[in-house]
Amino acid sequence: MSQNTPLVIIGASLAGLRAAEEARFGGYSGPIIMVGAEPHLPYDRPPLSKQFILNSTNAADFLTSEDELLSVLNVDLRLGRTAIGLDVDARRVRLDDETLLDYGTLIVATGAAPRMLPSAPELDGIFTLRTVDDAAALRDRIVDSTRVVVIGAGFIGSEIASSAHHLGAEVTLLEGAPVPLVRAVGPVVGLEIASLHQRNGVDFRLSTAVQEIIGKTRVEGVRLTSGEVLPADVIVIGVGAAPATSWLADSGVRLDPVDGGIVCDEYLRTSAEDVFAAGDVAHWPNELLGSGSMRLENWTNAADQGRHAARNALWPDSATPYVTVPYFWSDWYGQRIQFVGTAAPADEVRFVDGESGTDRWTALFRSGDRIIAAATLNEPRRIMKYRKLIGRRAAWSDAMDAFPQDASRV
Amino acid sequence: MKVIVDRGRCTGIGICESVAEAYFEVGDDGSLTVLRDDVASVDEDEVVEAVRSCPARALTLNRDPE
Repeated sequence: MSQNTPLVIIGASLAGLRAAEEARFGGYSGPIIMVGAEPHLPYDRPPLSKQFILNSTNAADFLTSEDELLSVLNVDLRLGRTAIGLDVDARRVRLDDETLLDYGTLIVATGAAPRMLPSAPELDGIFTLRTVDDAAALRDRIVDSTRVVVIGAGFIGSEIASSAHHLGAEVTLLEGAPVPLVRAVGPVVGLEIASLHQRNGVDFRLSTAVQEIIGKTRVEGVRLTSGEVLPADVIVIGVGAAPATSWLADSGVRLDPVDGGIVCDEYLRTSAEDVFAAGDVAHWPNELLGSGSMRLENWTNAADQGRHAARNALWPDSATPYVTVPYFWSDWYGQRIQFVGTAAPADEVRFVDGESGTDRWTALFRSGDRIIAAATLNEPRRIMKYRKLIGRRAAWSDAMDAFPQDASRV
Repeated sequence: MKVIVDRGRCTGIGICESVAEAYFEVGDDGSLTVLRDDVASVDEDEVVEAVRSCPARALTLNRDPE
């Protein structure tokens, strides 16, 4: 067992925290330094667009306490500090206050930052959502009858539309593509879950592009490329997130040429010695699902990768490839959407239980003779059984037989 | 060792079932059933992982049940 100390973790959200926990659970007793850009202790992000926004008295949902972090996990915590440079030869990270941190092992878990519309002006009333401070600012502005335009019908945009609608706002949700969420869930399920917006009374428009955001000092509306103007008090931009890796640009750590994510091998090792990555920043080849590299932005992956990266980093002799069946969930209009696997390359998507257009269904994705993904709406009993099957590389016929009541339908 | 579910926090996300299917199952209404009350010592690591993996922090372990 060889351990290079100290362990430095850049990023104090879910992946970073799980890495620190796993190090201690596994028996690592050397120093751990954890750096977080936000001033807050690690907190849970999924509730921000849901429960947090819905109730103005809700505080951040902290993942751990200060006492647990400092005393039990014995972490040297540097909050409100951003890493701005990495020297892989000197094995040193530079922070924005010019502190230099020497590392034996480095785990990069800096997450992703919301993308802005390139044309967005600097106006009061324009929001993106990533942090609890973003969510608190947005929450203060959405009340009954607020006119909210959400640009981008991905998961964050859709959850915000759902929450704002629940608060009594007049919500318009705009999506530039003809089908939303294609990369995440494929076109069939993308359209299917998007129908929840109309069914719950939100003005939802596909293939709708924004020409410009209008306003003098504060937002007044959105002009579409069609010329139509939508008046708005609040605009939320949910057009995706980019890996927070600009600080690594000249470091020698290999970045993906398209999105700037960190290129890892199957062990979550970056191109630099003793430097690992985990969470939203990391591209890695997921052995289970073919040869291509993937990058996931979901809770399950951030938690699992954080732990896995720490284990592989600290106990290299027993390192294992990180292999996972991706899993994410989302709640819109009080309905639970769940997805396991990867939507592409599907040859077929079949509804095996429930009907398209209703509030309860299961859709399975076939590639060749294998099941590669499952999506459900309000079918919480089924989803993990399909996750198991996908993890076992099960045949399509096994998935068809997983629930006997489906047999009469196919 | 025994698993305790905080029903106020659990929303049936199901990661526990994914980690330890012999112990946890989410039902049609999203409520969690603990399938076995006492954790066999051979399964301890798996159940501990399931408890730690809960996104809602709804699971705890009572290591010394009366």
